[in-house]
Order: sequence, then structure tokens, then C-alpha cells
Amino acid sequence: MTGYRHSPAAIRALVRDDAVHRDVYTNPELFDLEMERLWRSAWTYVGHDSQVPNPGDFHTVNIAGQPLLMLRGHDGAVRVLLNRCAHKGSKIVGAGSGNCGKLLRCSYHGWTYTLDGALRTVPVKSGYADTRFAESEASRGLTSAAAIANYRGFVFVRLSQSGASFAEYFGDSLGSIDNLADRSPMGRLEVAGAPLRYMHNSNWKMFVENLNDTMHPMVAHESSAGTARELWQTQPPETPMPMVIEQFLPFVSNYDFFDKMGVKIYDHGHSYTGVNFSIHSSYSAIPEYAAQMEAVYGAERARAILGDSRHNTVYYPSLTVKGAIQTIRVVRPIAVDRTLIESFTLRLVGAPPVLLERSATYNRLINASTSVVGHDDLYCYRAIQEGLAGNGNEWVNLQRNYSDSEKEQGKEATYNGTSEVSMRGQFRAWAAAMTAGGAT
Amino acid sequence: MDVSGDDRALIEFVYHEARLIDEKRFEEWYDLYADDCRYWMPLMRDQPPGAGHTSLFDEDKLLLKIRIERLRNPKSYSQAFPSWCQHILQAPSIERREMHLGMFVLRTPFLYAEYQQDQQEIYCGVAWHHLRTAAGRILIAVKKIELLNREAALPSLQLFP
Repeated sequence: MTGYRHSPAAIRALVRDDAVHRDVYTNPELFDLEMERLWRSAWTYVGHDSQVPNPGDFHTVNIAGQPLLMLRGHDGAVRVLLNRCAHKGSKIVGAGSGNCGKLLRCSYHGWTYTLDGALRTVPVKSGYADTRFAESEASRGLTSAAAIANYRGFVFVRLSQSGASFAEYFGDSLGSIDNLADRSPMGRLEVAGAPLRYMHNSNWKMFVENLNDTMHPMVAHESSAGTARELWQTQPPETPMPMVIEQFLPFVSNYDFFDKMGVKIYDHGHSYTGVNFSIHSSYSAIPEYAAQMEAVYGAERARAILGDSRHNTVYYPSLTVKGAIQTIRVVRPIAVDRTLIESFTLRLVGAPPVLLERSATYNRLINASTSVVGHDDLYCYRAIQEGLAGNGNEWVNLQRNYSDSEKEQGKEATYNGTSEVSMRGQFRAWAAAMTAGGAT
Repeated sequence: MDVSGDDRALIEFVYHEARLIDEKRFEEWYDLYADDCRYWMPLMRDQPPGAGHTSLFDEDKLLLKIRIERLRNPKSYSQAFPSWCQHILQAPSIERREMHLGMFVLRTPFLYAEYQQDQQEIYCGVAWHHLRTAAGRILIAVKKIELLNREAALPSLQLFP
């Protein structure tokens, strides 16, 4: 019994300015507390509203142990409800996605709900005639998420009643979602089919930290991207570069490239790399698309949108966005050493099909459970998960380019791209959420 | 292999392909594929071919080559403990014959086990071989693998079902 639950001081001691204690990755009690305190007070990503285009369409997810239902109402609004019948607690729709018709109906006793979650009918209602039913929790129908926001199609919830507003929580980091949506000539995105679902036998934070860890690609991905580079170098000089080579090669860029890329951090643990340029900056031009964007936005604005080629944006803790290649990765922690990563391909509505091809290809090459890039990343996460058991050094070092001044510089600032400042920012947010309301 | 599209040779070819993978004879395996081949494992049921949707595998010959070369690279950290695999094939059935084109489609239900460092994963599904015969050789134009649990959350799958 480690006793973190009742000791904010013990939790606070896990996070130094430039290092974290191994327990944050390995301790099951801390995992439970993360779900209760960090994940439920955070704004977490549920899904994209294009997954529920029509009234009655639903999409189920589990966030921080909570079964949720994203549902499009007859009024066109997207709601997020607890997927739990008000009567005896059965999930009101099974896993997955579908259309529930005009009403939600429980499979057990047939209670029905309108699409806003209100209780509509109960079979043989007379059975409740003199029971003070109107005072019961059940009479209030399906519980709504405490707070919901739909930002340009991206649906987020905050599960706990208190916490930061959506705008406060994300601040200007929302620029990465703007840039992604603006890349559609119509300003609209659609989820293109099913996600790649890759089960990681490692703690969720290893994945989240890795997204803006720019010191690993040239090492961990040398065998995959490096092999692609070597094979490419044996091709005759006039050979047109295949899309897969174009996507692999930048992974083995040198340290200087990743350092000059830059990293920007925001309050609440959000960050993005690729402030100045990224591994996506040198993809071949698509003149038809560029012309289309110019026609819609004007030359200057189109250039600004397409020139903002961010690497990874972390919307701490649940969502990571790659606007320049239109993929998102969703983080679903399951246990202290088990994390599901779901990677979605997005279609830029109105853009030429080659953009979708690019996105679908990248998603497969990098994010699939069959990916030679993903295999080496996961190998490293798992190696950490097992290595941390070693006694004698209980600290994970996050000191690269640390400076005392970074805490004073305000909530939003840009640093050299290989700094570990994004991870330190994540743990500042982590410690704050995990100890909120604690007196000692 | 000397063939002109007789059934026995086509069926033996499918067994042979799986055996080369299981024995890690990847150079020989690679040579079974046509230059314009596709090694494809769709992510969705009834997914049409093409780039409009992502897949678990959608490899052309270059991507197969990258995978094979990478497996030999000592810096392939995920292979620090080498993976091994075993195909168990049901007898292939010949589903389509286009004799004038020398094209044949075979359907093979399979079990596929992949093992690494104390962990064994078992997959099953149906493999579709689109075979092309020419000049006494059989080549794979398309191998499409329909995994039973293709939508599921999967661990690392590192070799070739």
C-alpha cells in the first residue's frame, strides 16, 4: 500500500522540475488516480462529428473508465451521454457505432429515451404510480457529460463537474486543429473509415511523451526509415520518388533538423513540434490542390495554411494531431501498462483524392500494428516499462535544455526542437491535476 | 516449379509460399511476387482495393523489400528477440480460372501464429492468392489476407501472415 490517494505531498514529490519518479509509469494506484483526477477533469477527445452524420447516429467510446455515447440528435446537435440505462445500469447501446432510430431503447426492460437522453417511456408505467418515481435518479434519464464542446468537428468532453472551460483549457493550442480543418478547401473534415487500433503494453504517457520526442527518430527508426533510404539510394537517378519513400526519409533527418524544427508549449500540458518546419514540409507539391486553396482563401492565406507544417500536436492527455498529413491518434489508457492507440485517417472535404491517399498511406506506414516504425517505438516503450523496475535509480531524467526560467516565462513559449520541455510541461499539468484540492 | 496451370501445382505453390515465410527464406519468398504485386491486408470488411482507405498491409514490391532488409538489420530493435511464425493452411480451393490470361484465384483459410519472447499470438483468416502463370513460372500478383479480427485492437504483428 503506497498511499498516494490520501497524500498530495507524496504525489507532488514524484515530479521534480527536470525529472519524474518511475512510479508515475508503473504504479497501479497512481493509474487509478490519473483516471479520476487528471483524465476526468481534463477536456478529453471523444470523436469527430463526421462519425455521426445523421440524427440517431451514435458512436461509443470509453474514457477514463466511463462508457460514453456520442449521439446526433434530431436538432442536429451532437451530445455525449453516459452509456448507462437509468434503470438498472445496462449499457444502452452495445459497443461500436450505428444508428438507433428515433429513440434509444434499452435491450433489457425496454425503457426508451429521446436522443437528448430524456426518459420517454417505461413499459407498464402504472407500476410506478405511487412510488415517488419523479424524485428518483432514474426519472432524469441518461446522464450527460458534465461539459461538452464541438470545435470544428472535434468533440471533447470534461467528465467532472468542475474544471477549466474549454477555451481556458486549450487556449491558442487550438491553432493546430484550425490548421488541419483549414486545409480543406471547404473548411471541413471527415473521418475516412475505420481507425487502426494498436494495443500497446506500456503506460499511456510513454506514447504521449514520444510524440514530441525528437531525439528518438534517428535512433529508433534507423532500421526502418534508414533501410528505406538505403534502398532508395540504389535506384537509378531518374526514378520518381514513391510516396512511401517520401514519407519514410524525413524520419532519419539529423539532430540539427529536429532541433531547428522548434517546439511550442502551452499551459495544461499541450505542445507541438514543427514550429518552423517539420518532417512533412518537403512532400511533393500538388498543383491542383494549391490552386484550389488559393481560389478559396486567396494566395497569401493559402500559403500561410499550407506553409504551417506542424509535426505533432499533443492535446494533453487524450489526443494527438498531425495536421500536415491529416491523421490523429487517440490515446485510451486501459491499465497502468496497457494503452490502446487508435489512429484515424481524415479526409479534407473537397480536396483532390491524392491527399487522402497520402494520409491513408502515412497512417498505415507509421501507426498500424503492422508498422515497422511502430514496432520499434513500442519495443522502446516496453523496454522502459520493464527497465523501470530496476532499483538504484528511481528517476526518469527530463533535463535536456532545462532552465529554471522556463517556469517563469509564462504559459506559452517556443524552444529548440530537441528540448524535453514538452514533457516537463506535461508533468507540471499532471502534478497540478493530481494534487488539485489537496491540502497537504 | 514447372507448371501450366494444373491444379496440383497451384495448390502446392500456396503451401510453398507459406513455408518460405515460416522458414524465413525471405529472398526466395520475395521472388515469388510479380514486379507489380500487392501484399494486402485490408482493415475493413468489403474494403475496396485502392488508396481511399488505410490498411494493415498494402505493400508493393519495394515495401516488401524494405521489410525484408529491415528484418536483417541488427538495429531492428523490435527484433532483439526474433519473431517466428507458423502458417497452418486449410487445403486451397481454386475459385477462378482465366486460362486465356493464365490467371488463377485461390482461397485458403488459415491459422497463423506469431511467437516472440514468451508470447504467442494466434490469428486466423482467409488468404486469396491471385496467381499469374507465364513462361513456366507462377507469380503472385495479389495476396489478399482477410484477417478474422481485422478491426480489433492488435499487438505488434511483425512477420507475414
